[in-house]
Amino acid sequence: MTKVDDTTHMTTPPEIGGIGHRVRRHEDARFIEGQGNYLDDIVLPGMLHMAIVRSPVAHARITGIDTTAASEVEGVVAVVTGELMDQHGLAWMPTLSGDTQAVLATDKVRYQGQEVAAVIATDPAIAVDAAELVEVDYDILPAITTPQQALAPGAVLIRDEKEGQTDNRVYDWEAGDKAATDAAFAAADRVVSLSTFYPRSHPAPLETCGAIADVNSVTGQATIYMTSQAPHAHRTLFAMVTGLPEQNIRIISPDLGGGFGNKVPIYPGYVVATAASLLIGRPVKWIETRSENLISTGFARDYYMTGELAVTNEGKILGLRVQMLSDQGAFYADAQPTKFKAGLFHVVTGSYDYPAAHVVCSGAYTNKAPGGVAYRCSFRITEASFLIERLVQTAAYELGIDPAEMRFKNFIQPEQFPYHTPTGFVYDSGDYPTALRKALDEVGYDQLRAEQVAARAEGRLMGIGIAHFTEAVGAGPSHTYDIAGLKMFDSAELRVHPTGKAILKLGVMSQGQGHETTFAQIVAEELGIPVTDVKVMEGDTDNTPYGLGTYASRSTPVAGAATAMVSRQLAEKAKRIAAHLLEAAPEDIELKAGELFVKGTPARSVTIQDVSLAAYTNMPDGMEHGLEGVHYYDPPNLTYPYGSYIVVVEVDPETGVWKVERMVALDDCGVRINPMIVEGQIHGGLTEGFAMSSMQWITFDDDGNCIGSNFMDYLIPTAWETPRFELLETCVPSPHHPIGAKGVGESATVGSPAAYVNAVIDALAHLGVRNIDMPLLPDRVWSAIQSAQG
Amino acid sequence: MEVTVTVNGSDQTHDIEPRVLLIDFIRTRVGLTGSHIGCDTSNCGACTVLFDGKPVKSCTVLAVQADGHAVTTVEGLKSNGTLHPIQAAFKEEHGLQCGFCTPGMMLVGAALIEANTEPSVDDVRWAISGNLCRCTGYMNIVTAIQTAAATGEG
Repeated sequence: MTKVDDTTHMTTPPEIGGIGHRVRRHEDARFIEGQGNYLDDIVLPGMLHMAIVRSPVAHARITGIDTTAASEVEGVVAVVTGELMDQHGLAWMPTLSGDTQAVLATDKVRYQGQEVAAVIATDPAIAVDAAELVEVDYDILPAITTPQQALAPGAVLIRDEKEGQTDNRVYDWEAGDKAATDAAFAAADRVVSLSTFYPRSHPAPLETCGAIADVNSVTGQATIYMTSQAPHAHRTLFAMVTGLPEQNIRIISPDLGGGFGNKVPIYPGYVVATAASLLIGRPVKWIETRSENLISTGFARDYYMTGELAVTNEGKILGLRVQMLSDQGAFYADAQPTKFKAGLFHVVTGSYDYPAAHVVCSGAYTNKAPGGVAYRCSFRITEASFLIERLVQTAAYELGIDPAEMRFKNFIQPEQFPYHTPTGFVYDSGDYPTALRKALDEVGYDQLRAEQVAARAEGRLMGIGIAHFTEAVGAGPSHTYDIAGLKMFDSAELRVHPTGKAILKLGVMSQGQGHETTFAQIVAEELGIPVTDVKVMEGDTDNTPYGLGTYASRSTPVAGAATAMVSRQLAEKAKRIAAHLLEAAPEDIELKAGELFVKGTPARSVTIQDVSLAAYTNMPDGMEHGLEGVHYYDPPNLTYPYGSYIVVVEVDPETGVWKVERMVALDDCGVRINPMIVEGQIHGGLTEGFAMSSMQWITFDDDGNCIGSNFMDYLIPTAWETPRFELLETCVPSPHHPIGAKGVGESATVGSPAAYVNAVIDALAHLGVRNIDMPLLPDRVWSAIQSAQG
Repeated sequence: MEVTVTVNGSDQTHDIEPRVLLIDFIRTRVGLTGSHIGCDTSNCGACTVLFDGKPVKSCTVLAVQADGHAVTTVEGLKSNGTLHPIQAAFKEEHGLQCGFCTPGMMLVGAALIEANTEPSVDDVRWAISGNLCRCTGYMNIVTAIQTAAATGEG
């Protein structure tokens, strides 16, 4: 049984700044003075610039490419086509999900915006001008824009180059127990179902993707500056794709202007820039425009989902059946753990206790941009969480049970942890009833329900939406999780120098999450070295230990654990050194907030700084000099943060416009290392959830033209639309994480869309409305009201 | 053609094509990279600078239009070695995460609090509504701008 832990976890004074302190961020100093170093800020001597020629159509056979006019423009150094790439075996590349993807198209284009050629020039404007002059002849083919079309009999084959591929199916995958689920449904009083579409969205970090490839033609050293959330994994794949020796490839991920999953895949532009630098012998820079980012790089979602709940008349859930069809675009180019074709979507059973579930997933190729990245989410958990929370809400209406009560009736209870779900997860810890009760009390739930009755009597539409999500993050244990064969451990290397100052090097990569501060706090906690004395380094494959990178909320669960473990390893050595200095037995030395003292005799003490100096100046015979170490952490399980979100909305019946009146978000992410940063992550996630539920979507016309290809058409909430948030917390530590932390970067994006949508549906529930697909645009809401009112 | 723009108090004269945008002039001719490019369509505000004291999106201004005018970028906010209150407040209130929108947000905030020493939440939200942030959800940005205003030194 796990219990809510109300302690603050603070064991160090502010001047040390360990766990629990709201330490102001180290990285901010450079950002607030405009001294960040993002990719486009980097200028190398002799650097050339690349512009990519992209397909204007969604599906066509290429019948000719004429680069003559482009080549003749003054300042153009080279025009690269698929044919040239093919001569070097680089026209195609593997994706992180085991598919292949065209680097530059040689046979067909398969989506609008696909890379066809690249112009390398002395100036970025010249490159763009010349790219306009590359003439490509296309023989147009029918475009497939939905997975339903893709799987229909007689559909044109998109991946005709792929051996053994006879239709547009990417994968079929299932989880759970069909027979047990069928039995649960046979025993049910009722079956409640919901079909909903989670539309295509795009992470759209404010900084687009790009690379600067600098290949030294003499030494063969390739230094590639790249907007990468996973520089080590990318280096290995680069070595495999290009055949360059891995020790000669150095990937440097500089400051990233956001990522949200968009900077996990390897993009053709990176590979073309590298090939161009290799062939030309000069550095080549490629920076996407916003439109290129939106039309060609990793999109997210695009899941068609149908869920059915087997329930008793009293509201007890007996089983869940889910069918999901995903639109993967032209290439299956997300980053998915190898064993899980639909990511961790099978966590769809949610926060509830029932014995049977069966989840059937299929993916299809379409003539749309490739990807299916986990946009601020741990491998498709956002879609899963959305479905179960919408479904439970629907069941509540059908059964006439209050939506909060429906959840209390079915919650996994605190004493059931570790809880084995019917689809194979083992939830580590939690107290769901306490969390939801606290959020309900804060929002004043009973009072709000009374107000809702009064509002309806006046003809006003007021809704209260609840979502209680459980995430599965921190992938993952090596026995189960790998990407492209690489096990999903992560690492930390810690060096403490003679003056007691430390450098911590990590295999993960911050995109704004504040790693330079948070991870320094873990070292401060464990060793008592002041947080300001710990420098954190990431993103340079030559200078950091191997790791799988930052996505899926895995940095704190995996690299954070590695940091704690390597710190403890050094603490043990520090105790042995202290024992030598204090002439005591090592087992009698205690380390607390940077003081090492003999048990029971605190006056006999040395500081961690004394010990650091001794490690280089005064070591006992037989002990290795130095105070440094490295730890590769293989997590025993995922971690399972959760939360209860409650949204109150007012819907204008005349226009369908809805406004968030309250947003109360309770998160339990285990121990909070830096509460200030955690809250910032939650604010951001709640905003992305609002964005997806209210306005963000990438759309296509029937010919496969991308409609949402810029920030005028792909709407992102500004400060004016964005709701204000009220945050709450509980803390049930992860029992298996060294410091009890669970990870939080994505919780709010995962959990909140269902809360917003449930609120709007709740406002209309008495009219019989059960579903409106996201985004809940005013016209959709208005139409739903009109239809319901007949 | 030759243009002279006063950037952070220093005259910057460069011979440029007429099509060069002010943001490119600042980033690649003057060499100040604190102002960013996020969208190309004047929606995101990452390129915001102060043009004769007023916030403009420098991707929507040709460099030739700035000839003879004064531009302040994020690099010009600090004075005599001291952070501008808006810079200090963004750090103190955790008003930034990835930092990419931050220069534009701070410059808009600096202009706001110079005109309005006690901005309400709505005043701030309206003022920064031309600047997108993908990380923070704006909550702490609003607080930071109000905190800076409260110092009375904007």
